[in-house]
Amino acid sequence: MSTYVRKLPGHFPIPVDPGDDPRFPVVSATATGRAGPVAVDRPVRAVSPEISKVGLSDLCLSYRTQNGERLLALDHINLQVRTGEFVCVVGPSGCGKSTLLHLIAGLHPQTSGQILIDGKPVQGPGTDRIMIFQEHALFPWLTVGQNVEFGMKMKGIPKAERKEKTSHYLRLVHLAKFEKSYIHQLSGGMRQRVAIARALATEPDVLLMDEPFAALDAQTRDLLHDELERIWSETGRTILFVTHNVREAVRLGDRVVLLTFRPGRVKNGFPVELPRPRHLEDPNVARAAREILDELRDEINRSLEAEYNDGVKPRIEPRVAGGSRV
Amino acid sequence: MKRAVRYVVFYSALFGLWTLLAELKIWPPYLFPTPWGVGEALYAGFQDHTYWIAIRVSMQRVLIGYGISVVLGMVLGLGVASNKFLEETIGGLLVSLQSLPSICWWPLALLWFGLSQKAILFVVIMGSLLSVTLAMEDGRKQMPKIFGQAGRNLGARGFKLFWYVLLPASLPFMVSGLKQGWAFAWRSLITAEMLYLSLGLGQVLMMGRDLNDMSAVIAVMILIIAIGYLVDGIVFKGMERHLQNKWGLTPAT
Repeated sequence: MSTYVRKLPGHFPIPVDPGDDPRFPVVSATATGRAGPVAVDRPVRAVSPEISKVGLSDLCLSYRTQNGERLLALDHINLQVRTGEFVCVVGPSGCGKSTLLHLIAGLHPQTSGQILIDGKPVQGPGTDRIMIFQEHALFPWLTVGQNVEFGMKMKGIPKAERKEKTSHYLRLVHLAKFEKSYIHQLSGGMRQRVAIARALATEPDVLLMDEPFAALDAQTRDLLHDELERIWSETGRTILFVTHNVREAVRLGDRVVLLTFRPGRVKNGFPVELPRPRHLEDPNVARAAREILDELRDEINRSLEAEYNDGVKPRIEPRVAGGSRV
Repeated sequence: MKRAVRYVVFYSALFGLWTLLAELKIWPPYLFPTPWGVGEALYAGFQDHTYWIAIRVSMQRVLIGYGISVVLGMVLGLGVASNKFLEETIGGLLVSLQSLPSICWWPLALLWFGLSQKAILFVVIMGSLLSVTLAMEDGRKQMPKIFGQAGRNLGARGFKLFWYVLLPASLPFMVSGLKQGWAFAWRSLITAEMLYLSLGLGQVLMMGRDLNDMSAVIAVMILIIAIGYLVDGIVFKGMERHLQNKWGLTPAT
């Protein structure tokens, strides 16, 4: 077992006060020589549903396919996310990880089980949980500023306050100059930054990010990883980040949760104890990602088998794809 | 530039042909007037305010009728687009009603409302309502689903969701339908006005016929075309351009 990734989820330090910088909880003693943020000893408390920011208990979703079969998409998902924690959910495509976010966002009802925010069950969408979609989903008929303002306008926040917060959050994502621009005038990376600003502007407790950087080129994505990490540490939000990219998950997350392929179950949780800020190309990130990928590989192979015709058994072999970005 | 040249060439040729035919006097002038004759009729019509009044009355009617159509059509279209039951029932009925020329509602309107403004408005509404409804339904269906999800996610509900998200999101997909609705409203109005003498351009047109004044008939026809064309060119083209600029869509040419 490696020193970088602890396989069993359970006892990690829990920040008592979210404002007290929960961002850099543990630094693995042997991690890197690079001077990372200093680890602080904190009182350790057991994770219990009462104090979880997001609590999923026995969450199930099944639906009827077009030929009338009942398909179980999510199977008894149990997950507790602490306030201020950055949790990445990885799994092969089709494992229901995006669906999971839609359920938490309240955009779709679950079949059974419970979603708790601060211990209260979720009923429909709410601005305490804002989703950032894979495609940017910004409103093309509004300017950048109006997009950021939108959630606040729906909440009925007075105009002066809206203006002030809009420029604050645009500055946070370094887009203050583009307040009057329309969405189509921005690049892909800028659009996702606007989406982040729009989500933050409603001041949600939880950000739900659904593969937000999947469609971006590598450089832009690296840049946005840095920005997201910075914004997260500045705002102290709880983030649930869905991705199929294990390296990205390790780069960003305090914890990586692995889902199985159809039905989606929590296969394992991996606390990532590398110092921040991290880098995608860091060998320690790569090594940690490979460990997770070893577990993910079976699920990917199962998903490939389901996708291809019978007889053809495509496989990704151990260590072949492990070192590179998958 | 080239387009402008083509326009000029085409319209001067048309004008020349008209002048030529009129000057040749193949048909008597009271049946085939010269362009100057029509010009004089236009001038006279505006001079004694007949045309001004007629235009004002007609525009007022069409705006009220079309306005009601747009509001009703959006509600209906939204209902049809978002409810399976409504889609199968009302949706099907609407499509079949489309084959009915709007003026066929005239006898019914006369019996219900009598010879009145209401009857004319009714015909105008029936003429354009279907187009607007189908346009809204189409727009709502073609609109990317993610906008609705994002709107709900950001706290928009009910009317706010419709007004701030669903409507603007589906507008680019319904402009052509709104435009068609306008054209139908305008045509229905003129037809109804011709059948029911009560000011308006349709009546002025019929008056030309009654007075055997061919120049006036053609003058009013030109007015009707010009107004339809202007509204299309200014209001709807402007709306399209505006949406294209905002959404970053390239104009379809």
